[in-house]
Amino acid sequence: MNDMTPTREQREAKLEGMGCKRKRVEDIRFTQGRGNYVDDVKLPGMLHGDFVRSPHAHARVKSINSEEALKVPGVLAVITAETLKTVNLAWMPTLAGDVQMVLADGKVLFQNQEVAFVVATDRYAADDGINKVVVEYEALPPLMDPFKAMDPDAPVLREDLAGKTSGAHGPRKHHNHIFEWVVGDKDLTDAAFRNAEVSIKEMISYHRTHPSPLETCQCVCSFDKIKGELSIWGTFQAPHVIRTVVALIAKIPEHKIHVIAPDIGGGFGNKVGAYPGYICAAVASIVTGKPVKWVEDRIENLTATSFARDYHMTTEIAATKEGKVTGLRVHVLADHGAFDACADPSKWPAGFFNIVTGSYDFPTAHLSVDGVYTNKAPGGVAYRCSFRVTEAAYCIERGMDILAQKLGMDPAELRLKNFIKAEQFPYHSALGWEYDSGDYHTAMRKMMEAVDYAGLRKEQVEKRAAFKRGETREIMGLGVSFFTEIVGAGPSKNCDILGIAMFDSCEIRMHPTGAGIARVGSKSQGQGHETTWAQIIATEIGIPADDIMVEEGNTDTAPYGLGTYGSRSTPVAGAAIAMAARKIKAKAQMIAAYKLEVHEGDLEWDIDGFRVKGLPEKSMSMKDICWAAYNSVAPGMEPGLEAVSYYDPPNMTYPFGAYICVMNIDVDTGVYKVRRFYALDDCGTRINPMIIEGQVHGGLTEAFAIAMGQEIRYDDEGNVVTGSFMDFFIPTAVETPHWETDFTVTPSPHHPIGAKGVGESPNVGGVPAFSNAVNDAFSFLGSTHIQMPHDFWRNWRAAKNLGVFAA
Amino acid sequence: MAKTHVTMKVNGAEVEGLVEPRTLLVHFIRENLMLTGTHIGCETTHCGACTVDIDGMSVKSCTMFAVQAQGSDITTIEGIANADGSLSALQEGFRMMHGLQCGFCTPGMIVRAQRLLTENPSPTEAEIRMGIAGNLCRCTGYQNIVKAIQYAAAKINGVEFQEAAE
Amino acid sequence: MIPGPFSYHRPATVADAIKLLSDLGDDARPLAGGHSLVPMMKLRLATPEHLIDLHGIDGLKGIRRDGANIVIGAMTTQHDLLASSEIAGSLPILHETALLIADPQVRYRGTLGGNVANGDPGNDMPALMLTLGASYRLEGASGVRDIAASEFYQGAYFTALEPGEILTSILIPVPAAGHGHAYEKLKRKVGDYATAAAAVMLTKANGKVATCAIGLTNLSETPLSADAAAKLVIGTSLDDATLKNAAAAASAIMSPAADARGPVEYRKHVGGIMVMRALQRAFAKAA
Repeated sequence: MNDMTPTREQREAKLEGMGCKRKRVEDIRFTQGRGNYVDDVKLPGMLHGDFVRSPHAHARVKSINSEEALKVPGVLAVITAETLKTVNLAWMPTLAGDVQMVLADGKVLFQNQEVAFVVATDRYAADDGINKVVVEYEALPPLMDPFKAMDPDAPVLREDLAGKTSGAHGPRKHHNHIFEWVVGDKDLTDAAFRNAEVSIKEMISYHRTHPSPLETCQCVCSFDKIKGELSIWGTFQAPHVIRTVVALIAKIPEHKIHVIAPDIGGGFGNKVGAYPGYICAAVASIVTGKPVKWVEDRIENLTATSFARDYHMTTEIAATKEGKVTGLRVHVLADHGAFDACADPSKWPAGFFNIVTGSYDFPTAHLSVDGVYTNKAPGGVAYRCSFRVTEAAYCIERGMDILAQKLGMDPAELRLKNFIKAEQFPYHSALGWEYDSGDYHTAMRKMMEAVDYAGLRKEQVEKRAAFKRGETREIMGLGVSFFTEIVGAGPSKNCDILGIAMFDSCEIRMHPTGAGIARVGSKSQGQGHETTWAQIIATEIGIPADDIMVEEGNTDTAPYGLGTYGSRSTPVAGAAIAMAARKIKAKAQMIAAYKLEVHEGDLEWDIDGFRVKGLPEKSMSMKDICWAAYNSVAPGMEPGLEAVSYYDPPNMTYPFGAYICVMNIDVDTGVYKVRRFYALDDCGTRINPMIIEGQVHGGLTEAFAIAMGQEIRYDDEGNVVTGSFMDFFIPTAVETPHWETDFTVTPSPHHPIGAKGVGESPNVGGVPAFSNAVNDAFSFLGSTHIQMPHDFWRNWRAAKNLGVFAA
Repeated sequence: MAKTHVTMKVNGAEVEGLVEPRTLLVHFIRENLMLTGTHIGCETTHCGACTVDIDGMSVKSCTMFAVQAQGSDITTIEGIANADGSLSALQEGFRMMHGLQCGFCTPGMIVRAQRLLTENPSPTEAEIRMGIAGNLCRCTGYQNIVKAIQYAAAKINGVEFQEAAE
Repeated sequence: MIPGPFSYHRPATVADAIKLLSDLGDDARPLAGGHSLVPMMKLRLATPEHLIDLHGIDGLKGIRRDGANIVIGAMTTQHDLLASSEIAGSLPILHETALLIADPQVRYRGTLGGNVANGDPGNDMPALMLTLGASYRLEGASGVRDIAASEFYQGAYFTALEPGEILTSILIPVPAAGHGHAYEKLKRKVGDYATAAAAVMLTKANGKVATCAIGLTNLSETPLSADAAAKLVIGTSLDDATLKNAAAAASAIMSPAADARGPVEYRKHVGGIMVMRALQRAFAKAA
């Protein structure tokens, strides 16, 4: 060894593999304005489409007159449901087994529903055209309150379902009922409540909100009549699924559909589903023979594509008087809007809401969910969420605080008392899941120590006394949240979308000089896959991450994958990447053995190549093996070095975390101040700590927004009152609190690299932390539960209802 | 509608085009000049993704007509890098501090931050947060954007960047 | 979200602008910073056939001292106000308020004239102008006239501006040295209009309030001058009872709309709180 020989540390560092805070490769183009987003796609002769939308929440469409619109210079066509019927596309299937109007067919069922699609030479002419389409409506009574949806005299919303007594998920009880989903042991749970020493019951609502990525939903469709091929550039979190959906409904052979998801400006669940804009742009391209672009504006995005949440959860917990939980019973009224367009795995009408037992060892539980139609936009997407886990975590984390209050126990102590213990993993929950790994007590205690929990409680006691003495108008709340997520959908035994199992995939091709390309079935929308996927490969096969190019989003080149949402990329695609890399490594070992003239078993892996056991100077680097793969493999072995892996996960992964929010609220104005927010996340093996921290910051900020004011609110007539960034709360840098992050590492035992998922954890755990802080602040004044969102006026109303302003 | 001839300087180059009076500046930049780094996020002057620098001012180009920019000097994200093509201090700061994720707000954020640092070369954290309050980001929670701007300020001022203790 | 078509005019003088406005009549709208008008045009809630851009008129910009007054050209931006040492020195409340308007980008374009002239009850400057006793210079085909800010506002988006008239400058009497001032604005986030806001200008003598003016933003269809409340505090040292009485007197004239910022009762309540806080802060500042 001379001085020029790199040390082991230097060789490791050069790889920039797992655990490294590798700087992102994406940033080189993004910081220079050289990203390529859908609206940047410009094709020769491209036309623009835009929608005429309904001002009414519920109305009959009497007539649509396009005459004047067609006279507008540049307007080429106005597509209506009648046009779409000629190609059997007036309605489209939803991911949830329902159907949805592409364009209003006889009726409109929510405000801003798509009524007609105007196609023009540019976006200005299209906008002129939509203002000239005359639609005659006959207003019908809107149904806005989900609690009234199943009243006997409730208006009939879905006339197309008349007489249908069952839907995709079983029997329907009422003309506005979609499904009932029941899980758990009813008898055992009822018995637990009969025998309970203490129980609580509260209707906990998680209001309707919206993922609202900064880039809206958009697409460019280009149909080549000669070749019979359809190319679609779109904001797709799951491009392969979109290709299959198009093949099934447009009857175009799947190999003649090219779906490309270029750079995506945030998704958060908004870009999973299929929207009328995609269908209309495709039809318009087929009709006109020209490429057609559709770009949603912000108001359309907020009011028409894919809301999230709107769950009303009647929550009951049974417990002993010492605070040991004995049963959980939850009934959910789920407001799905006008069409059931939830983006859940097919067999899960309420997603994975049955993770609602959370981090606690409930001996029994029972859950029922009723989905209903209302005159609101369809959706029900997982907004930074793994299929209703956010709702479930909020439900149980509020429930535990309410129970603590009733027992007169500290909420942290109650949690510690009921956690699933480290030695109980793998743990089988009462509602059917097998939690893979966890160490909840350690995480919780680390959090409590980090923030001096006892000291904060002491300060709160003093502050409450001062408030009662009239010395301050501020109240203080501590919001504790301990969440368990379920991410990585999912095993083919229970997870599919439209019949396609929810595996994911990776193809790695190493080039002769030791560089390579990895194509993956996931699709980054900002998560930094181009950076982190290469890190997994770097560690697995000893090639520097910089020498691995990662490509996603092109269905012609990427192996079939189910896309990126529900924090599934690392648990599923990340596993496929590691497995594909291991196939590369296995072949590399054979090549190295041949070249070094030893048996394969005589070789051992050493950071970036193989060496002969006991003879460390006799070695072959991976880079050299790549070269050898193309010129001198063993007789009988195929040349080349590439591998494909399709990974069907054996189980979900279960990340968890301990969060706390310290908040002061001014009762006179309802204005709150987040004094401190600490988030400890355990997502198993950490691939890139910098990116994990960034994900946590972003998820916490979205949680903050949702808990403290972000909502899609309707008035009684069905008008959206929060339809722009003026009223839909997106915090700026000024309102956003400072975040403190921390971690523990409990690897997943079944994942090839032990990783779980993290993108959604901060949103799942963050919302209950904020809400619990507000509720904790008010609890000493006698309140049990205050519904979200906790914006200023609602905080003031809470104070007022608690008699704070009484003379 | 008759079109108007406009000329202006964009990223140091004289450009011209024929536009309708109603053509929004952001569309002129994106569609006519094909400079697609400037983005459209809300269209109601809230998100700042369309921010460009016009005659020394940060402006939301979705709320200004191209004809109004006649004769002006505009810098977009494509004009921010150093003359030799390397990343500017701000661009480097955003990368080093992980100040971006999806990249959609980034061009507007960097163009805005550049003007902020020109006016206030050593801003406090509060001044940075106020200074970028016209730019929404859905991914980062701003914390690393603040650090990115602090990194750039330090680099421009020739001092060592010290990350604030967590 | 695309504006309808229009013809664009960029006059170089006030006279040219006035001539265009009177020639083109109701189909024409003057364009200042554009942050109110352009979004309305994109929603096609405003569809002017002619836009008369005032940016080409050099004479409409600038801040100057004229005897006991400060005269501010209508096209002076919020950013200009913030950069002005004259404003920081003699009208610090204007600096404070400008900083609370919208966000940095909007302040580079948004003008004082546009803010006070369009009659949007959410705008911050009108109530401040009432509080400062400002007057507006209006110029039209029939000549020039000055009108007190207190006479200008008639309803939401309705003002004393006659068709064909342009608001060209704002004249503000320089407040007494040692005055106390505060603009308290409750808003949901940067960029939002006030849920409620109160402007207070006061002077002190012998430790008590000698003179006081209070303005209220976004608590009615027009900016309000809370005269009764202001009168109540004169001669007091702002004890708790006086503050509460003043808040109650101010609340009595508020008639805000219920919107996403909160119900009427809340907005009136916090309107009173803003009055109390602005009074206290102004009092503490006054010499």
